[in-house]
Amino acid sequence: MNAVREFRNVALAVGWRTLHNVLHNPSLLIPGLMFPLLNFIAFAGGLSRLQHIPGFDYPPGYAGFQFCFVLLQSAAFGGVFTGFGIARDFEYGFSRRLMLGASRRSGVIAGYAIGALIRWMITSVVVTLVAIIAGMRIKGTPVDLVGLYLLAVMVNVAFLFWACGIAMRFQSVQAGPMMQTPVFLLLFFAPVYVPLKLLQGWIHGVATANPITQLLEAIRGLLAGHPVEVGVAYLVAAGLIFFLGMWAIFNLRHAEAKG
Amino acid sequence: MKTTALQVYHLARRSVVRQARQPANVVAPVIFPLGLLAVNSGGLQPATSIPGFPTDRFVAFALAIPFMQGALFATMNAGTDLARDIQTGFLSRLSLTPVRGVALVLGQLAGVAFVATVQAVVYVAVAYAVHVHPASGAAGVVVLLGLAIAIAIGFGAAGVFMALRTGSGESVQGLFPVLFVFLLVSSMNFPRNLIEASWFRWLATVNPVSYLIEGLRSLIIEGWNGEALGLAFAIAAGLITLALVASGLALQTRMTRT
Repeated sequence: MNAVREFRNVALAVGWRTLHNVLHNPSLLIPGLMFPLLNFIAFAGGLSRLQHIPGFDYPPGYAGFQFCFVLLQSAAFGGVFTGFGIARDFEYGFSRRLMLGASRRSGVIAGYAIGALIRWMITSVVVTLVAIIAGMRIKGTPVDLVGLYLLAVMVNVAFLFWACGIAMRFQSVQAGPMMQTPVFLLLFFAPVYVPLKLLQGWIHGVATANPITQLLEAIRGLLAGHPVEVGVAYLVAAGLIFFLGMWAIFNLRHAEAKG
Repeated sequence: MKTTALQVYHLARRSVVRQARQPANVVAPVIFPLGLLAVNSGGLQPATSIPGFPTDRFVAFALAIPFMQGALFATMNAGTDLARDIQTGFLSRLSLTPVRGVALVLGQLAGVAFVATVQAVVYVAVAYAVHVHPASGAAGVVVLLGLAIAIAIGFGAAGVFMALRTGSGESVQGLFPVLFVFLLVSSMNFPRNLIEASWFRWLATVNPVSYLIEGLRSLIIEGWNGEALGLAFAIAAGLITLALVASGLALQTRMTRT
């Protein structure tokens, strides 16, 4: 029982600090907010004619089509941006003191995950409102929408674990490109602009093998009210959380050993 | 005149050597835009089936974008290097010597021109590797390189201005998202006449970056389009002039302060 309380106390303290830092520092909050919004404006505004190409049939419209990608992207990058903060904590020596003070160190990871999640929730509200203003039509039921946001939450947690692992391994903000480049590539190797069936050539093969495609297609299906392989998408998300969670814990142990 | 030329030469040499010694400054501006080109040209290939799309290969249409992204990186590199000179006191020491301000700015831009040339040559080589042969032929490739270098110098001069104005590398880095917005809200992914959302089409039309991209693009997919090229060169020249004048004024203040 004590162990659970200690874990919770550490997690809540770290989560609160992470959130406090972000909310009191516009240079940390604004990029995380602007990045998905700018992508949404550029894609939904500049590429909307793509909805007229033969074979493109998506009831929520092109704004809805891009909203799903941008929501997923903001969830993933919400985790990555929090990873930058973890790396900064190591650079400034805060993490060392945190390790000394935390009775349950795995709670540190959970705390960062809580901070990343609440931070992303702010972004997701803004992105959703902008998409609705831009003409997105929501065709899914409330249950579908809960399923949609839950998948995005799982993506946020998974990629926080990824970035957390990198930050704890390299303990420097200079590892930033290692946190974001693979995530960026994974996201853009999914069917970003048109549905998977309309992709041609090598990108179709890469997108088919990309686990993010499964998540994106499921999210788009839920928004449209026609769920597509949602169970598989949840399995993929759970798998990502499991393996990347292991990665984070492995690197936490590495950071502990390093002292 | 001869003395100024000599000063420019020495500072240019320093700038070029400095860029060459930082592989990340040369490699990243080449690799990152090419990665995006690969992803976008694959994902947006279906767009070529839209009636009126100017080419049947999206990679040819998108090939102009890496030149612009490379120019953005050049801005960051030039500005960050100069900001470092300010922060480390190099500029203060330089101000004690008879070196002229114009030599300092032009020397810095030589490094930008060097990286821009390397980038542009790589992008052209990639174009041929993926069987995109510029419609304007060999002479067009020369003009393409010239325009790409001019654009990079223009953006580089903007980076120099930012560095002189703020004296902070972080502030120069902060300029990147602002410039990137100009790129996103342009005709980079779609021809302006085919952009469906009228508000986006308007933004792309008033955005000068659209005309820089269209100038580069015209040489690749159209051949010789005097209007597109004239606009692109005029905007590049305007950007260079404006940024150099602003840099000159900022340099006076900076030298006085130090």
